[in-house]
Amino acid sequence: MDPGLFGQYVLNGLMLGVIYAMVAVGFTLFFGVLDVIKFSHGDVVMVGAFVALAAFVGLQDAGVTSPLVMLLLATAVAMLAMALLGALIARFLVLPLRKAPALNTLLVTLMVGLALRETIRLFYPNGSNPKPFPRLLPADTYNFGALALRLDSLILLVTGLLAIVIVHLVINRTRLGLAIRAVAQDPETARVMGVNFERIVLITFGIGSALAALAGVTNGLYYNEVNFGMGLLLGVIGFSAAVVGGLGNIYGAILGGFLFAALQTVGAVWFSVPAYKDVFAFAAVIMLMAWKPTGLIAEKSAERV
Amino acid sequence: MAQQAKTMFIVALGIAACAVVLLLFLEVEVQWKVAALATGVVAVLLVMEKSGLRVRMEEASARHRTFALSLAVAASLVVAATLHESHFALLMLASVALYATACLGLTIQFGYAGIANFAGAAFFGIGCYSAAVLSAYTPVPHLLVIIAGAAIAALISSVLILPILRTRGHYAALITIAFGILFKTFLEVNDTLGGPQGLKVPGMQILGWSFNDPIRLGAGIEASFYLNYVVLSVLLAAFAFVVVKRLERSWIGLNLDAVRLDETAAAVSGIDIARWKILAFVFGNFLVGMAGAVYAMLTGFIAPANFTFGDSLILVSIVILGGVGNPLGVILAALLLLILPEKLQVIQEYRFLLYALLVIVILLFRPQGLLPRRLREYFPGRLRA
Repeated sequence: MDPGLFGQYVLNGLMLGVIYAMVAVGFTLFFGVLDVIKFSHGDVVMVGAFVALAAFVGLQDAGVTSPLVMLLLATAVAMLAMALLGALIARFLVLPLRKAPALNTLLVTLMVGLALRETIRLFYPNGSNPKPFPRLLPADTYNFGALALRLDSLILLVTGLLAIVIVHLVINRTRLGLAIRAVAQDPETARVMGVNFERIVLITFGIGSALAALAGVTNGLYYNEVNFGMGLLLGVIGFSAAVVGGLGNIYGAILGGFLFAALQTVGAVWFSVPAYKDVFAFAAVIMLMAWKPTGLIAEKSAERV
Repeated sequence: MAQQAKTMFIVALGIAACAVVLLLFLEVEVQWKVAALATGVVAVLLVMEKSGLRVRMEEASARHRTFALSLAVAASLVVAATLHESHFALLMLASVALYATACLGLTIQFGYAGIANFAGAAFFGIGCYSAAVLSAYTPVPHLLVIIAGAAIAALISSVLILPILRTRGHYAALITIAFGILFKTFLEVNDTLGGPQGLKVPGMQILGWSFNDPIRLGAGIEASFYLNYVVLSVLLAAFAFVVVKRLERSWIGLNLDAVRLDETAAAVSGIDIARWKILAFVFGNFLVGMAGAVYAMLTGFIAPANFTFGDSLILVSIVILGGVGNPLGVILAALLLLILPEKLQVIQEYRFLLYALLVIVILLFRPQGLLPRRLREYFPGRLRA
């Protein structure tokens, strides 16, 4: 294969991978602290993108013209709103079901996702159609043979990686992160040691959901389009990535995210019909699960074997 | 003897009441009446629950199983016959019976063996597409096509169960979710199966008797051709109901309950977990595929958009709303969830949102569903004093 074309595929794969990894890190964080899967996560990504879009329209009406200011403000609004939404879902829908069977939590959050999807479709102005997402980043292109390197993709890639690194540092280097890890390891003991369990859970859901909003904005900026249904597939992909990597492990989530993107890219190159890429990627995920039932980086606990 | 006649009378009365309500439900058009009727049904159910009447009804019908079931089948056929001119009402009845059949299959998985299957619509779709391809391109008799659709769904499940057996909980849930999405995407990009436009399905024909011709009964009485399908679907649903009920009561059901409640304890007691999970998953999907095959012939047209993840969630909602593990609840929930949005045009547009909110509220406040499953009776037929 032509090296330029190969580079293009690698770049596109990396771009997808960083979006998937951001979603997967959320899944893995939630699983860490509460041992639950919050399936509405993908739809939180979608709602985040729509909030950013609404904020952008609002800023435009308010007379703001600088793309940078608009982008930063819209992203900040989306991240804050989603952090709040994530914490609310955790407080009122996930925490009350702690003692119920895991299936019930999974179902409740699946239904929350459906409700979010339908809310956007029905109540966002003209929400059932795809919406153009504004191009707010400089779109300069550098050509190296067949490889077209776009500045906006590069910025998105670096921002996404940076966000994941920051979350990683927060978890591993701060007092808050220590509390999160304590809750993840043993909620009872953490409580005895004076950790406010509920507050930590809500903060974790907030962090994960803010990251989801960032993923949504990145997705919108990359494809220049958002639609109400995009959250479902992103959620399932993020979940697959987190599970294939090994739930509860942040490195696993990142690995899984890039792996899924790689599978999709390989699928798109291999088959004459590129649309088969998702069929290929999901079939590969099912086979990976059969081979490594608890993910590539398995949890250390013996209970779940 | 007098006691027996009395309970039989109570059962007959209950079934007749259900039939009348169902008939009203399908007949009324005025929006507020539909809403009032639906609210009334749920209110009556809750009152029956509180007063212990429901448990007594169920015990009574459990004592006269064959009688109750044949009466129920007869009652639904009477309802169908009364509505013989209305295409729409009969189509609704047949779809409810088929969805109920599929959800009875899911009940074996969710309710007894505790396997979460989020690809219900995919297995339903496998049944549909098998029926479409087999009846359009092969001379296979149509009754066999139904069984073939079910068998193909079962065959594919027996492959998909392999990764499910190796995984637990959330990891297992992912496998069915991934399969559901894989299936729909595959249909959309596969041109030989019609792509996103879907396929036409020829109507059912048994020994030269075409299901898609209107029925003429002598003296100028003409019934909608959907009546054929209603009869077939109700019989299928009754078959599924009997099988699921018998399965639940049998030693197989006992094993499945043990597997669901505590895998480790079940394994320690010498129960082969894998065997029962395979049985529940494959047989459950057999029923789902069977319902799908008939559904394809009923509607005459199928497309990938009918088998999305959202549709799988509707099937799961029916199982949860009815009361996980209670076959009777499944039928009630299928009636409510499928007919209500068709009847109440106000909510038609909002139905997914309302389903979602309904299931959330049920899981938060009444996780046992509308008709909770009763405790296993180890000595059936012995009524409580």
